[in-house]
Order: sequence, then C-alpha cells, then structure tokens
Amino acid sequence: MIKEKYYISDFCSIRDKKVFKNGEQLYIDSESDSLKDFGKGIYQYLELKYPKFHKMDELCKLGFLASEVLLRDSDKLDQDTALVLSNRSSSLDTDRKHQVSIQDREDFYPSPAVFVYTLPNIIMGEISIKNKMKSENAFFVTESFDADLMSKYSKILMDTGKATNVICGWVDLDNDKYDVFLAFLSKKGRIELTKEELNNLYNQ
Amino acid sequence: MKKVYLVADNIISPLGFSTEENVENLRLNQTGIKKVDDNYIWSEPFFGAVVNNDKLSEAWDIISKDSGYTKLEKMMLISVSKLLAENSSLDITKCGVVISTTKGNINSLRDDSYKKAYLTSISKTVQDYFKLDHTPLILSNACISGGLALAVGKRMIQSELFEDVVIIGGDLLSEFTLSGFFSFQAVSPAPCKPFCKNRTGISLGEAAASVWLSSNKKNVTEEVISISGDASANDANHISGPSRTGEGLYISITKALKDAGIESNQIDYITAHGTATPYNDEMEAIAFNRAGMKNVPINSLKGYYGHTLGASALIESIIARHCLINNELFASLGFEELGVSESINVIAKNHKKELKRVLKTASGFGGCNVALIIEKEV
Repeated sequence: MIKEKYYISDFCSIRDKKVFKNGEQLYIDSESDSLKDFGKGIYQYLELKYPKFHKMDELCKLGFLASEVLLRDSDKLDQDTALVLSNRSSSLDTDRKHQVSIQDREDFYPSPAVFVYTLPNIIMGEISIKNKMKSENAFFVTESFDADLMSKYSKILMDTGKATNVICGWVDLDNDKYDVFLAFLSKKGRIELTKEELNNLYNQ
Repeated sequence: MKKVYLVADNIISPLGFSTEENVENLRLNQTGIKKVDDNYIWSEPFFGAVVNNDKLSEAWDIISKDSGYTKLEKMMLISVSKLLAENSSLDITKCGVVISTTKGNINSLRDDSYKKAYLTSISKTVQDYFKLDHTPLILSNACISGGLALAVGKRMIQSELFEDVVIIGGDLLSEFTLSGFFSFQAVSPAPCKPFCKNRTGISLGEAAASVWLSSNKKNVTEEVISISGDASANDANHISGPSRTGEGLYISITKALKDAGIESNQIDYITAHGTATPYNDEMEAIAFNRAGMKNVPINSLKGYYGHTLGASALIESIIARHCLINNELFASLGFEELGVSESINVIAKNHKKELKRVLKTASGFGGCNVALIIEKEV
C-alpha cells in the first residue's frame, strides 16, 4: 500500500437556487418555484442532450447535474474513477412517493419507474452509465456531511489501487430541501486533500 | 498488507437465531420460505421468509424489557448481543461499526413514526444501546450492501483506522419492498428456484446478521479464515436491468482474484447472488463463464432465506465461512434443471468437500456488483 498525497482537483455545489464550480457562481435561478424547474434550467444551461435525465427522480437529477458540472471541461475521468457518495435522507423523497402509491389498498398503484429510485445508490448508477464508469461505488448515510469519512475512504481506494481518482460528496434531498456538493479527488491539484480542506470547501 | 480475519458471527433468520442453528437447517435442506398470510405485509397470501414475531419477542425479553424498538432493531440488537455474549474478548466500544441496510425501518413511513424511517435512526439506536462513543456508519448500496460492508470493513482495518470492525446487516420483508418487486413482476408465485429452468422470480426474506472482523490473529479460536480479496464494480449499463455481458460482476471477480493474488482455478466454491429472476441468473452464469469458473461448484442460498436485501450477502458470507470450517457444500435449494444459457456447476446435493477458497458475489439495482474471496489457512 502506497500512501501518497492527494488533491481536491475540482469541486462544485448546488444549493439555494445557485450552482457553483470551484468557488465561482456558474448559474443562478431566482425565478423557478419548483425543484423540477430549477433542475431543468441547469440542464438547459449545460446544453445537455440526454433523454435519460428526464426519467430520473429529483435526487438523481441533482446528483447527475452536479457530476456534469464537476466533470465539465475535464479529461480526468477514467474507468477507475470511483464514486463515494453520502447523504442524510437516503432516497426518502421517492420512498414517500412509493408509499403514497401503496398507502390505500383500495387505490393501489405501485410503479416500477418509481420503485427503482427507492435506493440512494441509483444516483451512482446514473452517473456511471452517463460516463461509462465501471468503477467502485459506495453510498453512506450520515447525519451530516462527514468530511473525515469521505476523505479517509477515498484515500483508502486510491492507496490500495482500487481507484485512480474519486468523485466524493453529498447529495441530499428531503421535502424539497436540497444540498449537493461533489469533489474530484486525484493526484493533481492545488488544494491538498485533508478533511479540514474538504470541510471548508463544503461550507463555502 | 494486514490480513483481515472473520473471527465470529451470528445470524437471526427464519432458520434460527444462531449461526449453528442456521447451518443445521441448511444441512437438513430446510427452507425458511413459507406461505405467509399476514395482512400487515400483503392483502393476499404470498411466499416469503419471515422471522416469527413470537419467537423474536421471546429472544428480546431475555436481553431487554424495553419495547420501544422496531422489529428490525430488535433483530439487529439481538444479533450483536449474541455475538458479544459468545465472544468475551470482543469490545464493541473499541471497534469500527458498519451497518448495512437498504430500507431500514421503512414501515415507519406508513405509520406515524416517520422519523424512524431515516436510516441514521438505526445508527443512533445501535450507538445508544451499546453505549458507543462514535456513531456507526450506515452503508446503503442496494442488494450488495452486506458484501460491500465486509469489503469496507476490511479496507478500514487495512488502512489502520481500526484493529477490529463489527459489521451488522439487516432488512425486513415489508409491504414497501414487496409491492415494488410485484410491480416489476419479479415475485415468484412459489418458493424461488435460483438458476433453474423453472424459475419464476424472487422470494423475499428478512434477517439480521453480525460479523466480527479482526486483524489480530490471537482473536481467532476456530479455523483461520480471512477475506483475502475484495472488489466492486458498476455495470454502467442500466439502473434496474443486469448487464447482458455480466460486465461489472466480471470486473469485480477479476479484481478480487487479483487482490487475493490467486487465479480463477484456485476457487473451490462460489456462493452466488442467484435471485432467481430470469435476467439476473443468466447474467451471473455469463460472468462466471467469462471468469473461467463454469466447473466450480456453485449455489445460491436464496432458496433457503429468500432475498434478504441488505443482509443477504453478509449471511451468505457467514455461511461460506462455516462451509470452509466444516468442509461441506449445501444443495442449491429449488434447483432442478439448468436454466441459464451458459453451463455452470450448480450443487444438486449436500456433500463433503475439502475447501480452501470461496468466491462470494452479489449484484444489485443501480448496476452495482461486489466480489469477495474468503480463504482458509491450511
């Protein structure tokens, strides 16, 4: 096992109707009054043409859009770029939708298109499909963003050769409250990967 | 790199509340899958493997008088309590703790205690019950969670974050998941038949389990068994359908073999995922063939336990450890005639066999796959 120095090469966040990349505001939408419209706005801003996007649940859309922002103008990605994501609310946003469809046995209409999104790791599936990443995935559920866990587990993957780079972060959605932060970790960059730095960037 | 030993384990399932009882029932080819007539779960009878509530209450009364826990929490707490009672040298307050679950207390969504539906509530429950000064980590990675949790535990130990890690896994057979799998038309009208020509889908199950992983060989009192290789890979193909080429599973297997420093012909037994859906079992057969393992004895334990989601790969790894200890293989229950396009060597009858290395695999929604090599020191 080789313990090397790793860096936070790029980072981005989606919160409060704004999208940031490496600390700079990329997109703002104070008009939209739904998360769905906000997501659609980002999709159009990024000039994406990806029909699968429209089938995703809102949690996956947020994670997917953040990954597109993070990886834009980047050639760093490879087949061994791992995904290590986390959140507080798992897939509860869609869990509630599925629950509504089965709450009344006289009016019972569960749908596979909803049910498949009742797992938080589906976000990583969507990002992997788009970017053809056949890599390590792990989804953790923690009370709040755990920079210590994210940096330690990502370092393990890179130290043991299980990943060359890691996209780590936080993709949370609960009752329309959302908070998304992704970081690209690799052997190149200006900001050294420490839990303090990762936490600072998350809190920016 | 440090070795990571599987030191001790416990399973709470319809086949028993100790690993020994579970193994004994497997030896008798007893299944936990029965016709379930429980209106709380489903309006009509269905085939599934549920933990008997009266038996659970009895076991719970022995360790606690507090009734303020959910069924899943009781199962997990009993499992860990038994693990601790049987292993006096295990101090859980000094261990890393990883909890693997897909849906946790999901029944709380339909009742009014929705706060329990947050997976972190289980983490808090375990922390408070065992008076831990750190919060257990929750891993929720679909149907590979239990196997991936073992890999995560191994990695935490090898990176010297902890000397010992306790892995806890569990999921319930709930209306929530059953209705979802019914909507996919994936639920079998009879007990599931993995890899069989006559398979008609999954049977769901519920269980909890716990494992003590340690880097300290002094803790090992039985046969010396370690996780010598692990890897996970995404198919990058489809979120609910398995890859037609078994890509992610194949990559996981190849990388896990490399991690263990062995070749595919050194595997003596495969304990597969084998859910008994047409596409999953087909995908696995393709991946095992690509990996050059078509002649390796293989079974799926889903015919005994049903699919226990976040617990399944953990339980199957525990059983693999005991197969290594006892040098025995169990029949792949429900299997009659090969029903996958590529040849695999499904175990038809229980038998004794000298075993040194086992491959455990799992695959799940989101295109995720995991492979573990479990090895006996001889």
